[in-house]
Amino acid sequence: MAKILIVAEHLGGKLNSATARCVTCARDIKPEAIDVLVLADAPDAIAAEAAKIDGVSKVLTLANAANAHALAATLAPQIAAVAKNGYTHVFAPSTTFGKDVAPRVAALLGVAQVSDVMKVIDACTFQRPIYAGNAIITVQAPTDQVLVATVRTASYAAAANGANTAPTEALNLNVELPTHTRFVDLAQAKSDRPDLQSARRVVSGGRGVGSAENFAIIFKLADKLGAGVGASRAAVDAGYVPSDLQVGQTGKIIAPELYVAIGISGAIQHLTGIKDAGTIVAINKDAEAPIFEIADLGLVGDLFKLIPELEQALGG
Amino acid sequence: MKVLVAYKRVVDFNVRVQVKPDGSGVVTEGVKLSANPFDDIALEEALRLREKGIATEVIVATIGPADAQAHLRNGLAMGANRAIHVVTPNAIQPLTAARTLLKLVEKEQPGLVILGKQAIDDDSNQTGQMLAALWNRPQATFASKVEIAGNIAKVTREVDAGLETIEVDLPAVITTDLRLNEPRFIKLPDIMKAKSKPLETIDFAALGVDSGDHLKTTAYAPPAKRSKGVMVKDAAELVATLKTKGLL
Repeated sequence: MAKILIVAEHLGGKLNSATARCVTCARDIKPEAIDVLVLADAPDAIAAEAAKIDGVSKVLTLANAANAHALAATLAPQIAAVAKNGYTHVFAPSTTFGKDVAPRVAALLGVAQVSDVMKVIDACTFQRPIYAGNAIITVQAPTDQVLVATVRTASYAAAANGANTAPTEALNLNVELPTHTRFVDLAQAKSDRPDLQSARRVVSGGRGVGSAENFAIIFKLADKLGAGVGASRAAVDAGYVPSDLQVGQTGKIIAPELYVAIGISGAIQHLTGIKDAGTIVAINKDAEAPIFEIADLGLVGDLFKLIPELEQALGG
Repeated sequence: MKVLVAYKRVVDFNVRVQVKPDGSGVVTEGVKLSANPFDDIALEEALRLREKGIATEVIVATIGPADAQAHLRNGLAMGANRAIHVVTPNAIQPLTAARTLLKLVEKEQPGLVILGKQAIDDDSNQTGQMLAALWNRPQATFASKVEIAGNIAKVTREVDAGLETIEVDLPAVITTDLRLNEPRFIKLPDIMKAKSKPLETIDFAALGVDSGDHLKTTAYAPPAKRSKGVMVKDAAELVATLKTKGLL
């Protein structure tokens, strides 16, 4: 029977919803146990959040000052050591956190990793995208070794939160931790807007927005909709917005209920980041833009004229 | 300090890859091949370190079939001092690639290994991290800025929450993100010069690498298609439609 270890992602003392999405993926395997591992300097509050997620059997904590920041080189040997306690699977979200740490764990265990699991076929068989999502492959991992995988979070809804009261266990490990990698700082855009990766609505701007100053209208519309803000690679490359807003193959893969693409032509690399969105709205002056091939609702016109009209139509 | 750059050849990013009708793979015959864009960024960064006097030598390495030699010549034309071609007719998986690169690291003793954060064919995003683990050295993934002072690299990383800066002791592994630099174009005279630069070939089998190709791909399928939607005439109709769908 499968026993799955999920590496919790957290920041600023709060659990990231990517963890609950991994739990949903893990449940598809119908395992005997789903344990969540919290590595932090002060893991208790995070562990308490994880214990509430439906489907979690147990929460394990590794409290260590060295775990204050998510440094892969520090975390990986600890995760690998815990994985050896009879786990059949180690899951991490396919976020920059999981992408950084999971392969390091896999290499320490001497096993392959399945990246970006989007569907579970059975305990060792999964579907994942390649070529920017132009092909979906079915991969089979060996049944006789630990399986390390990252979970494409946009493919899974977060497991419900609240009813569960999983027990928490503090672990002690005797693992030597490296000192060759040190955290310096994290420059985080302070924003009251919903987080791009978990927002129910997202408004994104592309090259058509034209400048960093003009991006203000995207932010304003997003605020009106209570939406998170994203951007195409072209907009980020042009310096309109910071890189953490980039949606697409090499940026964030998202699945909001409503995605509004403004001034985005729709390169395949961008489309791969949004194709799990519920409803896609495209606003572009070019009626031939590829974005209209996948948009549920399209509106052709000048965004500088249409956005104010939209705001007006939205009212109050 | 030597810098080793992993330089993979992939289907060009402009090609819209198609799954073969029988689901046995993707169509690669007659398709344009190019350097993985992230690897060009890795090579560019190494060249800049040499131009700053930090790196003394830049080595490009690839693991691939015999005809990948032309691809390595491009890396030499871009400015690498020499190239290493580990020759294998088979496509290998990230763990095997990392183990192979580790053999090259042991042989060359570089102060820095730079790789692309992911190859745009299999989109695995694993090899750099795996190499760092096997080498027991630091990793600084998704780099958008690299500063080296003495034996320490200060690397800014593009993470979901923003920009994280970490400090790693060398030797170390760095993987590149898109905004690290803009790779230079290859000039014609450099293509001529590259022909005489050293290119070492090593038979993959001779390296004695334990295969880490543990994953078996059993099927290829095209992605689920989103159906083409409807066009609305103005903002008012758009808002009304979204309201009808319960999205507003």
